[in-house]
Amino acid sequence: MLNERVICAGFGGQGVMLMGQLISYAGMIEGKEVSWLPSYGPEMRGGTANCSVMVSERPIGSPVITDDATVAIVMNLPSLDKFERDIISGGKLLINSSLIDKKASRSDVTAYYVPANEIAVDLGNPRVANMVMLGAFLELTKTVSVDAVMKALKKVFGDSKAHLMAINEEAMNRGAEIIKG
Amino acid sequence: MAVVYQKSKGLTDKETHYCPGCTHGIIHKLVAEVLEELGVLGDTIGVAPVGCSVLAYDYFNCDMHEASHGRAPAVATGIKRVLPDKVVFTYQGDGDLASIGTAEIVHVAHRGEKITTIFVNNAIYGMTGGQMAPTTLIGQRATTAPLGRTVEHSGMPLRVSEMLATIDGAAFVERVAVDTPANIRKAKKAIKEAFQCQLDGKGFSIVEVLSTCPTNWGMTPIDALKWLNDNLIPYYPMGNFRRPGEVK
Amino acid sequence: MAKVLMKGNEAIGAAAIKAGCKYFFGYPITPQNELPEYMSKEMPKVGGVFLQAESEVAAINMVYGAAGAGARVMTSSSSPGIALKQEGITYIAGAELPCVIVNIVRGGPGLGGIQPAQSDYNQVTRGGGNGDYKLLVYAPANLQEMVDLMQEAFDAADYYRNPVMMVGDGMIGQMMEPIEFKESVSRFELPLKDWATTGTKGQRKPNIINSLALDPAELEKHNIHLQEKYSAMKENEVKYEAYNLENAEVVIVAYGTTSRIVRNAIIDLKEQGINVGLIRPITLWPFPEKAFDLIPSDCKAVLSVEMSMGQMIDDIKIAVNGRYPVHFYGRSGGMIPTPEGVMNKVKELVGGAK
Repeated sequence: MLNERVICAGFGGQGVMLMGQLISYAGMIEGKEVSWLPSYGPEMRGGTANCSVMVSERPIGSPVITDDATVAIVMNLPSLDKFERDIISGGKLLINSSLIDKKASRSDVTAYYVPANEIAVDLGNPRVANMVMLGAFLELTKTVSVDAVMKALKKVFGDSKAHLMAINEEAMNRGAEIIKG
Repeated sequence: MAVVYQKSKGLTDKETHYCPGCTHGIIHKLVAEVLEELGVLGDTIGVAPVGCSVLAYDYFNCDMHEASHGRAPAVATGIKRVLPDKVVFTYQGDGDLASIGTAEIVHVAHRGEKITTIFVNNAIYGMTGGQMAPTTLIGQRATTAPLGRTVEHSGMPLRVSEMLATIDGAAFVERVAVDTPANIRKAKKAIKEAFQCQLDGKGFSIVEVLSTCPTNWGMTPIDALKWLNDNLIPYYPMGNFRRPGEVK
Repeated sequence: MAKVLMKGNEAIGAAAIKAGCKYFFGYPITPQNELPEYMSKEMPKVGGVFLQAESEVAAINMVYGAAGAGARVMTSSSSPGIALKQEGITYIAGAELPCVIVNIVRGGPGLGGIQPAQSDYNQVTRGGGNGDYKLLVYAPANLQEMVDLMQEAFDAADYYRNPVMMVGDGMIGQMMEPIEFKESVSRFELPLKDWATTGTKGQRKPNIINSLALDPAELEKHNIHLQEKYSAMKENEVKYEAYNLENAEVVIVAYGTTSRIVRNAIIDLKEQGINVGLIRPITLWPFPEKAFDLIPSDCKAVLSVEMSMGQMIDDIKIAVNGRYPVHFYGRSGGMIPTPEGVMNKVKELVGGAK
């Protein structure tokens, strides 16, 4: 039964909150139970940002992930150091290898290395690195469909950012390709 | 027989609790007459303070709301935002307005809230028993300044009208006194202009009324009026500090 | 209506507007800022008013004025801000005016922190300010419940002419969950607000909003009247959820987001052969004392789980009235209890794992 508990983490501005929201939003569109819980701190810019996302077929109890994440998506080194230990044995770890040159230290967790920033730059917009990671995550876990994420993105973007839909979809495809190998 | 004088319809029949010689009664009468003359009594909500005039809600013959100490301008803001077409006024003393309620009075002016404040300044806390106010004069004795107020200990007395006149949202600011019949007439004129300012939607209006406190000043009512003239007026000059459209 | 994904603080604002709230006076404080921000954007669209006050004290006094003028009015803050508001809250209770106050609780004492906590339990259930008064206090556990309770909060405030507090913690305020805005019918018959200060129009005696009564006999009479009102609330407004009480070896009492963590622990404990029940107060005041009569007589212990150093435990002891030993497990300062922490405490109480 689907019961995904995902940590998305990075520094402020990397779009980790949006990544988490899109997973939740897409889950809701698919009729699943979801929650999104951000960390929040006094700093407005920079600093570390992370959110806990639950997607489940059962009503969600606690929205907090303590040490039972099924997946962690880490966009920078401090996030790897902080959240690697919170993944369950047999869980998955998605590492942004563009910014993190360290390997996963746990052997009971499967690590996947995605050069998200390089791919994003290659696509012409460094800001879609989060979507590359999201694409990899979706391919890996099938938690929600790319279709539902695109629907969610359309809602989040509204008309003013509709022109960015294509590059975001492309970013997700490129991330998925990394997993497909 | 011709009627030459009648109590304003703006006052209830309730006997006031004010001390003999206190000028609150005069100021109540002026406000009531103005509300009646402007024809707005049935559309007015007054906000009473904490202090000697705490029971003003029993004396004004209009809807009244009793606020906590210093917060009358905030309460009035809440009322006015709900009922923008009504006339809303606060009636506050110097402890209430110039001490515990400085934030509220500054910000009601700052927002240009369309209310009118009647600020009764008698340079002392009355109801609690003659303690020092921010407006107490240098050398003036108070129960918490037994040897008289000193600059070193308590700073110089606060001139509220001058301060509020620096705020753009304060459309009308005037200081008056009620020590002589001539000054009382001027005071009524200022109060009327202040309410008119509200009716015209110009912004915040305030009339500071120099008043007496024979009981806590330890004087006869007559001596108190003379003391007001000799001491308060020189430090708190009467006059208009701001009118709608003027930049000072 | 379709479900929408919203942040808790914004959902509170949307639910309040839907419940007919037209006036909001507030002051910025973390972690509830999205609520006044939402209100500043949405209130003008429904012909309402949002005003950022100069202080917490001014904000609650604006609420006092607006409520006196007959409006459906709300304010929100977080723990230290609520402490500042207590002056106005006791006046509003004393003058018998309706309003809704949202408290998105953060850790204390003092400036404390900005992370989720439940250390305002005493502040919100004991009145909070001076004098003998009570607030009707709701503590929903998820956003849907928060939204569902909002209409009732405003209705109850109007019906009882009493301030109502909606308590969440930083987690409730910050998290996103799918919400459905349902149509609801008020269960209250709401009287006309003929006491409001709206101007006499020369057609009635002046209305006076007041909390002053200098005559002791008069004030005592007023207090007795208030107590009768609170008795009616105790009779009619108690809300709680009882879960898995049958054959429970231990019964946990927890509210708000903490109850969700506890529920996870209860499911895991069941898999390990330990049967644990949950009493979840939805109203913190009135406290659901009668729920404790549902506890099986051979229950070994009652456990209070809180995000505080133990504040609700006093009410639990009163409700338990010596029938079961009462224990405590909690985290504070913004630290969130874990299901493991709760499970370990339960195992300790039942004498180790089975």
